[in-house]
Amino acid sequence: MSIGHTLLGLLEKGPRHGYDLKKAYDERFGQDRPLHYGQVYTTLSRLLRNGLVEEAGVEAGDGPERKRYAITDAGVTDVEHWLGTPEKPEPYLQNTLYVKVVLALLSGRSADEVLDVQRTAHLTTMRELTKRKAGGDLADQLICDHALFHLEADLRWLELTAARLGRLKTAVTR
Amino acid sequence: MTGDQTTGDPTDDAQPARPLLEAVDLHKSFGPTPALDGAGLGVRAGEVVAVMGPSGSGKSTLLHCLAGILTPDRGTVRYRDVELSAMGDGQRSELRRTEFGFVFQFGQLVPELSCLENVALPLRLGSVKRKQAEARAREWLERLEVADVADKRPGETSGGQGQRVAVARALVTGPRVVFADEPTGALDSLNGERVMQLLVTAAKETNAAVVLVTHEPRVAAYSDREVVVRDGRSREMEPVT
Ligand SMILES: Nc1ncnc2c1ncn2[C@@H]1O[C@H](COP(=O)(O)OP(=O)(O)O)[C@@H](O)[C@H]1O
Ligand SMILES: [Mg+2]
Repeated sequence: MSIGHTLLGLLEKGPRHGYDLKKAYDERFGQDRPLHYGQVYTTLSRLLRNGLVEEAGVEAGDGPERKRYAITDAGVTDVEHWLGTPEKPEPYLQNTLYVKVVLALLSGRSADEVLDVQRTAHLTTMRELTKRKAGGDLADQLICDHALFHLEADLRWLELTAARLGRLKTAVTR
Repeated sequence: MTGDQTTGDPTDDAQPARPLLEAVDLHKSFGPTPALDGAGLGVRAGEVVAVMGPSGSGKSTLLHCLAGILTPDRGTVRYRDVELSAMGDGQRSELRRTEFGFVFQFGQLVPELSCLENVALPLRLGSVKRKQAEARAREWLERLEVADVADKRPGETSGGQGQRVAVARALVTGPRVVFADEPTGALDSLNGERVMQLLVTAAKETNAAVVLVTHEPRVAAYSDREVVVRDGRSREMEPVT
């Protein structure tokens, strides 16, 4: 899961303090694993170094928690690219896919697009496994089937999500 | 109509092959809500295209329009550059009988006939002599590994055997396009996969294209590329290379 991209995506709504950003992340995506402050600040300083965010005002006092961060044009392009690029199909991707779908909906981008390119990436891998299975011995078949069933589970989740995009949009943009 | 493809300018080799079958901007309503709302799809010779999408999105309606079973309210379907709507009913059923093959989820075999007679039926309807038709039907049953049910009636076979007989019947005439609507929908996963393997292998060997409607990813993995249908609109995805 790319915390950097997720934070960038959350910054698209407007500049925030690191603390607000952590809160926004935890509320939406941190149910199982809230972020540590340390993670937020290391990530922000990396984004800052790479020109994807910039400082947008510092409040009186000092310490990193006083700074507000804003996404730059390069940052927006980076989020855009990330959302448009399918994840490498592998088991247990759901969390990353969920984050991408939510961020697409929050920013008014096409969540269908995220799901469609991911479906194609998954099916491409599944096609390769299916061909390998057809030419293989029983051991190959079983190994390929294991991977195929896991990828299929991802795709089932993806189709279910696609069918619920309308409701999800209402829920996340409320 | 003939089975080989010799149309097209010989100098445009570099161009991707023109679709053998092409639907453009199809609209179809059965009532107030449209089943198809601008769907389209191009099928090239010999390719396997999966049509995916949620239940009720219009997949079967799209397939029926492509196959000339349904006439769209608006939009065109062309087979070898001839518009299906410009053909008479007789011509269209002739096209379906000679150039197309069909496999559905179930209920497509004639219960009163033996499996062999079922497979021979499309040839008999095309006036092939009984002996010759049954010899070819037997070859196809063997190819699909169900020669042993030749003399049984469909009701006496298992689901997996019945679907293999149905695939044999769809392929016996040497169709250029096979339409398969949820062909494994009623089978368990092992049987479903075997049917897919046999269908796709036979189609590739005879250079028949397959339009495969399915919502099962492991079945779609037998395709070369996928088309997604949503709310009566379709999107053709480019395969990743
Ligand atoms: N013969 C019909 N009469 C009335 N409504 C139909 C008919 N065929 C399809 N529909 C409707 O059109 C829509 C698309 O159906 P269909 O093409 O069967 O979808 P899919 O195959 O994707 O499940 C659905 O809302 C369905 O109820
Ligand atoms: Mg259907």
